[in-house]
Amino acid sequence: MSEGRLRKLIMGDAQADRVVPPSGFTAQLTLFVAGAMAFLAVFALALSLASGRLATRWADELARAATLRINAPAEQRLAQTEAALTILQQTPGVASARALSDTEQAALLAPWFGSSLVLDGLPVPQLIEVIEDDPGYDGTGLRLRLQAEVPGAVLDDHTRWRAPLVDAARALRRLGTVAILLIAGATAAMITLAANAALAANAQVIEVLRLVGALDSYIAHAFIRRFTLRALGGAAAGMVLGMIGVWLMPAASNEGGFLTGLGFQGWTWGLPLLIPPLGALVAFVATSRAAKKRLGDLA
Amino acid sequence: MIELENVGYNYGGGELLSDVSVKLAPGSFHFLTGPSGAGKTTLLKLCYGALTPTSGRVRAMNMDVRGLDRDQMAHLRRRVGVVHQDCRFLDHLSVIENIALPLTVAGKDLSQEDANLRELLTWVGLSQRADALPPELSGGERQRAALARSVILSPDVIIADEPTGNVDWDMSQRLLQLLVELNRMGKTILVATHDMSLIRAAKKQVQARVLRISARQLHQAGADL
Repeated sequence: MSEGRLRKLIMGDAQADRVVPPSGFTAQLTLFVAGAMAFLAVFALALSLASGRLATRWADELARAATLRINAPAEQRLAQTEAALTILQQTPGVASARALSDTEQAALLAPWFGSSLVLDGLPVPQLIEVIEDDPGYDGTGLRLRLQAEVPGAVLDDHTRWRAPLVDAARALRRLGTVAILLIAGATAAMITLAANAALAANAQVIEVLRLVGALDSYIAHAFIRRFTLRALGGAAAGMVLGMIGVWLMPAASNEGGFLTGLGFQGWTWGLPLLIPPLGALVAFVATSRAAKKRLGDLA
Repeated sequence: MIELENVGYNYGGGELLSDVSVKLAPGSFHFLTGPSGAGKTTLLKLCYGALTPTSGRVRAMNMDVRGLDRDQMAHLRRRVGVVHQDCRFLDHLSVIENIALPLTVAGKDLSQEDANLRELLTWVGLSQRADALPPELSGGERQRAALARSVILSPDVIIADEPTGNVDWDMSQRLLQLLVELNRMGKTILVATHDMSLIRAAKKQVQARVLRISARQLHQAGADL
């Protein structure tokens, strides 16, 4: 489409606009559909972004930390701990390794045994906190070496319970993306139906316009312009309402977990602004195709 | 201007016209007559490209109508003014907007054409009715408005289908007068009518030829009208 035609389509032509009679009801339906779909799209986008963030966070934070547990008789415990720390320091990919002090271990157990607990009399395993470097260490290799040299050591890198959570968050993000695509498709379908209805309702008008020498493109533009502007307006209103809804959600907190994290952060607040232009684009394409097909069918 | 060569037309339920050949020379005035249902409207539609012949060839403005695409057809319609039997207005637009419709769809700037438009309205005697809506017009006013719309782009050919069908004798004389004036300005005119007295009245003013459809054929009627 040339620049002149595009400008004409956007700026419009007051005379051309008058040629097709105004259609109150279809106009309102198109506005409503575009608005509702934009509103839903904002939420699907928020869901998609939030679960994406969650998946990254879980994968990142949990992957960076591991725990080495040393189950050994009291007299060997210190020696095995020393040995394990030496091995860990020699392992490439381990940023730091630190044995937890008795006070820290007591604090970890405090919720179950109370704060007055004296660890000395109990066979509590020694815990070593391992912080991973980037790139990380080779877990299988480390396990084999520990098995050989420190028989009481058990390495727990949290993979077992981390993986399903990360998978769930990623699946949620995929669902959000699919929802956005479905919303776009449904909008296109509904605008196509509305445009077809408008073209059918105005068959007489179109016939008269053809009789007085109107080009198909002239007639099509009158309809395309209308539906594109309606979709743009409706989607803008729906997007604003959707964003207000997301904004009113409680801020992310540890207590609320996943649910309160549902929203936009930083620059992602700009993403919903793309919804109205994309909605208008969908309407433009849908109406163009409907008009082209309809006009081709007419004599 | 418009030339039909051995044209036949078939609606699907048998042949309506067959082997029709006629040539509308520039500046000529033709009447097309024949009983109702003989195919007058069909023949006119073949002339301005609303129908394509099932056999034979139609040439308009030196172009084969059959080979025209939709855009070329639109451009042809701008060069052939048509007064339809039922006028074909857009009922939500005023009379003056309807008359200016060919200008509007051709993308012309209406503000520059305002003087022409007013002059044309005066010529057809509708200056007082410019802002009325088409359903508010009488039969004669509708026909005159349709005639004004058909000539707004200054076409070389004007085709009118029963322009005096729904109007009284005085009004049909007035419409005929407008067509005669257009013919004197050099326009080619083709009028379908079954009103013999209209044809007789016209023959006193212009050299009009009469074509009659009967038995699916087109005949040049003699001077015996």
